[in-house]
Amino acid sequence: MSKEDNAKKGWRDIPIGGLITESGNAEKYHTGSWRIKRPLWSREKCIQCLFCWAYCPDLAIEVEDGLVIGVDYAHCKGCGICANQCPAQALEMISEDKSDVNDDKAEVDHEKKTE
Amino acid sequence: MSEQIALTGNEALALAMKQINPDVVAAYPITPQTEVVQLFSQFVADGVVDTEFVTVESEHSAMSATVGASAGGARAMTATSANGLALMWEIVYIAASTRLPIVMPVVNRALSGPINIHCDHSDAMGARDSGWLQLFGENAQAAYDNVIQALRIAEHRDVMLPVMVNMDGFIISHAVENIKPLADQDIRDFIGEYQPAYSLLDPDQTTTYGPLDLQDFYFEHKRQQVDGLEHALEVVLDIGREFYQLTGRDYGYFEKYRLDDAEIALIGLASTMGTAREAVNNLRKEGIKAGLINLRLFRPFPVQALREALQDIKVLGVMDRADTFSLNGGPLFGEIRNTLFDFGNKLKIVNYIYGLGGRDINLSDLEGIFRQLLEVKENGKVKQLVNYYGVRE
Ligand code: SF4
Ligand code: SF4
Repeated sequence: MSKEDNAKKGWRDIPIGGLITESGNAEKYHTGSWRIKRPLWSREKCIQCLFCWAYCPDLAIEVEDGLVIGVDYAHCKGCGICANQCPAQALEMISEDKSDVNDDKAEVDHEKKTE
Repeated sequence: MSEQIALTGNEALALAMKQINPDVVAAYPITPQTEVVQLFSQFVADGVVDTEFVTVESEHSAMSATVGASAGGARAMTATSANGLALMWEIVYIAASTRLPIVMPVVNRALSGPINIHCDHSDAMGARDSGWLQLFGENAQAAYDNVIQALRIAEHRDVMLPVMVNMDGFIISHAVENIKPLADQDIRDFIGEYQPAYSLLDPDQTTTYGPLDLQDFYFEHKRQQVDGLEHALEVVLDIGREFYQLTGRDYGYFEKYRLDDAEIALIGLASTMGTAREAVNNLRKEGIKAGLINLRLFRPFPVQALREALQDIKVLGVMDRADTFSLNGGPLFGEIRNTLFDFGNKLKIVNYIYGLGGRDINLSDLEGIFRQLLEVKENGKVKQLVNYYGVRE
């Protein structure tokens, strides 16, 4: 058994039958760990059409006051749908390979990603 | 309590379901269970039950709809036989692992092929590892009584598992017997108003059913199922005692018949054990110390109680109405040898696989089997460990 598995709750302390007895707790599951490519968002190029927000299957496009402000890398699984449909080429998929990720240029958060 | 009435096994099952008055029944007809569904749908059409009856296009859908209804907080039932049970397969496992207290009569019939509609236990035995409780009964009365008790066992908070109530196809399902049903009110009081532990439709306690469950938790959920089955061992006895107080009819893990001073004994399931009881009586008249165990609870397997009951037996015959094709005996034989292994050589065990596809087994057959056990006792040797009894050479 891995260390991570060992740290989780035992069979006496979880709901029976695999039931989830709490609403909306998918948020706690960080699909960001699946990612091999990440979307880089460019504030300059973005025309704020919000298509990416509507298309993202993981609700990972962060929006504040009706404007895109970045990507939630804890949940973005890197599917590329947002970049594919962006009409302004404001999202670019780049490799998760650290050497390719320019943290100054993009709003990326390595801490969140590995959470 | 009502008077004695004459019913077929299927009519007795349909009556039990009518008196239970489940919220949902989703079922598909299959011989020899057909009559249960047909009679029950008539009760629905006549408005004598409040049940939502879902006419599905297959057993896979029958079990799926029953699972959905049960997850939705309904008291849900279905019934099937043989290939119908086989077609339900993947959802049968899901019902147990989702901890849904569904009660399902299974009117036992041989699994195809070659195609055959008559009684054996290959259908139920195929489902023995699905995580359901499995009750067997000798006759229509036992099947009726088991359905009523199964509901309480399944819904018990410490159990929360589905129960299969097995009854022999044709031999019991289509034969008329005198049975003593309970009064409607007695059943209502006994089973009580259904209070689901969880419900998909409860906005105050939102619940997700059937999410993905990978390496990190699946194993824990399987362990919980084992826990439910461990608790079932107590609950089966508790509910049996309560039922005894209501009816005077005694149900535990198994019935012991003339076993206390017995040297040779048979253990088996369902209708054959009624005939075996008569064989025991005949042998006892000759001074042969024969007895039997008529096993009611196959899942979970009552290991400890069987060890105690069988500790003084010298030769035990195990009756299997199904084969495992392991070349190492039938399903009951495997369980029994495993249970009694620690007894070592002081107990000899012989397996009889019999009655496949509805092949009759009569009184003289069972007396003959007892005489073979007697021979083993006298010689101290088992000539043939696994016997295909009644097959033409
Ligand atoms: S789809 Fe492209 S342009 Fe439209 S809001 Fe998203 S990033 Fe901006
Ligand atoms: S890559 Fe996929 S998951 Fe990530 S933000 Fe874009 S659409 Fe959402």
